[in-house]
This record gives sequence, C-alpha cells and structure tokens, in this order.
Amino acid sequence: MADHGAGPAAGHDIHRSGATSAPGDDLDRTGAHPAPGHDLDEAGDALVIAGEKFTSRLIMGTGGAPSLDVLDQALAASATEITTVAMRRLDPAARGSVLDVLRGRGVKVLPNTAGCFTAGEAVLTARLAREALGTDWVKLEVINDERTLLPDPIETFDAAERLVADGFVVLPYIGDDPALARRLEQAGCAAVMPLGSPIGSGLGIRNPHNIELIVEAAAVPVILDAGIGTASDAALAMELGCDAVLLASAVTRAQRPGLMASAMREAVLAGRMARLAGRIPRRRYAEASSPAIEPRAR
Amino acid sequence: MNEGGTGRAPWRRPGNSRPGTAMNVMINGVSCDLPAGATVARAVQELTSSGAGVAVAVNDEVVRRGAWQSTTLSEHDRVEVLTAVQGG
Repeated sequence: MADHGAGPAAGHDIHRSGATSAPGDDLDRTGAHPAPGHDLDEAGDALVIAGEKFTSRLIMGTGGAPSLDVLDQALAASATEITTVAMRRLDPAARGSVLDVLRGRGVKVLPNTAGCFTAGEAVLTARLAREALGTDWVKLEVINDERTLLPDPIETFDAAERLVADGFVVLPYIGDDPALARRLEQAGCAAVMPLGSPIGSGLGIRNPHNIELIVEAAAVPVILDAGIGTASDAALAMELGCDAVLLASAVTRAQRPGLMASAMREAVLAGRMARLAGRIPRRRYAEASSPAIEPRAR
Repeated sequence: MNEGGTGRAPWRRPGNSRPGTAMNVMINGVSCDLPAGATVARAVQELTSSGAGVAVAVNDEVVRRGAWQSTTLSEHDRVEVLTAVQGG
C-alpha cells in the first residue's frame, strides 16, 4: 500500500512511492505543490470493485519478471494494491514463492485462470485458486488459441455464469466488445476487462472507440487489460474513462522494470486526472488562445 | 519425493503390486504408486510437506483442505496439486 499519511501534502501529491521504491526506480522531483483542490484527492477517488475500495487504479500482473526481487521492486514502484497470479501444478523444485512477495507487499492477490481453453477448466481453476489462496475473486481468462491468446467469448460467458452462481467475484478478460461487456455485467460480473490489444503485444489500445462505448454503457468498473506497451497507453486508457488498468509485460519486460512501474503509476494518475478534468473538444481548425488584434490598433 | 522416492521400493516395481497392497495414481501427470487406501494428504506429501498455498483436485473435483486426511484415493485417480505462480 502507498503511504498516504506521510508529508504535509498527503492526498495532494502524486509523488507517492519514494519511500518504498528502490533507488533509481523513480524520478527525484522537488517542486511546488499544486494549490488545494487542484490535484486529485486520491483517497476520495477510490476505485470500488464489489464493494472493496482501492486507492491505486493500477493493477499489476506478475508474469514476465526476471526475478522475484525485480518483481518486488516493480510492485513497490507501481504502488499497486491488486496483483494477479496464475495457478499451476506445484513444482517441488521451485525456489521462492510469488505469494511471499505479494504478502510482504500487502497487496490483494487476484488469481487468474490463464491457460484455460474451456469453461470447465476455468471453473475448476477458479475453485482451486479459491481453496489455495482463500479468495473468491477471480480474473476469468479463457483463451481461444495459443498464437493470439485472444479470449473466447462463448467459453468466457459460460464460465462467468457458473462462477457467479458459485459465489465468485468475477472479473472477466474479454475482447473490446461492448455487447459482450454488457452481457457479462448483466450476468453478475463485478467488472469487465476489455483488452487494448493481444496479451504481451505492447500494441496499445487498437480500438479506443469500442473502449469508450464499453465505458459509456457499463455500471461496473471497466479495467483495461492487456496490450499496454508504454505509459501513454495507460494514460489513454484512463482518459477514455476506464476505471483502472491492468498490465504486466510492459513493466516486467522493460529494460528497467522499476522505473517503468513508476512511469505507469504516474500515467494512470495523469490519465485519471485528465478524464476528471474534462478535455477540450477536438476542433477541425484553430481557435486562437491569444486575444485577437483589433484592426483599429494597427 | 519421500518414502521410496528412489523408485526402488518393491511396491514401485511394475507388475509387483498385489491387490490390496498398492495402487497407481497420477499426481500432477506423473504415475505414482501409493499404498492402497492412501489419502489425499499422503499424495500431497509426495510433492510438499507444508501444503500452504496449495489446492488439490481429484478427478477434476476440488478436495477441501479439511478433507485431505479423510479422503482416500482409488486406483487410477488423477490428483492435481496446484499453487500460485507468477502470471497475468
């Protein structure tokens, strides 16, 4: 968790994680703080999923990190409060546990069903995750093929209905499909997680219009999931009105994961603030920002 | 692996098992001989001694931790022992 109690500018400062991130994983900035009311009061702008409140709108995946140490530093720099894990067969030879790292950070563990191709596999994986981790939250992920890793809408919907009926808090990973997002919300999902582009591709948000349509219609949180390549992608997601961003590879496979995690933290905040601030409409032609020169004065 | 983890225990030798003394189950996709009447807890011990952060399914049905000691396995059961790893 980010420490929001420290410093005179708590709640009015976006430089939050200097106390927890590793040296070199954040920019050293000192400067004037904005006047009260002109910065995001993060505590009052909570992300609420299934009744649970979060200050951070950046959800981190743990896949792709070269080591648990690097992951730990990236998680600290990101200030994330929710982090995903996958479920796999226990390997007696494995050293170190990702769970130890996450518990050390105090972040909420969100198991996913990555690697499942059918609703049946996903439901069983979710139930095993609930048993192993003691959480009924699940990021539902049912893919259609190995090459694109695109989500299978039919299997995903089937699994979502079964898991909701079984008492799970279901966060389904889906394509950027407004119709499916609506159907999943109606089926009782706690959020919807449309992709920006394929997992790990770093291609950003390929169909911003569809993301906007999903946001417009949704009464549950919309979490942009997959495809984020760099900070501007994360900021765009938030500017489009998404409630949160989930990313992993963009940070864990960056040349400097900790620094990229800081960049993502700032980008999500910047995008959120820009969304709340209300951007100017796009115009075809210029609109002068300086007063017009009066003809008689020439 | 413990208890005959070398693979040389008599009941591990193919064709040497007598009815009522050993049974073959799959644990995480690996063929494994266990004493007849072995429990889920016994199967889990093949992989880990702690069991923390671990969940078990037998033939695609979750067996709750509280039932590991009391649930006995049968010949050819498929036991899956899962835990959380980096991902997503």
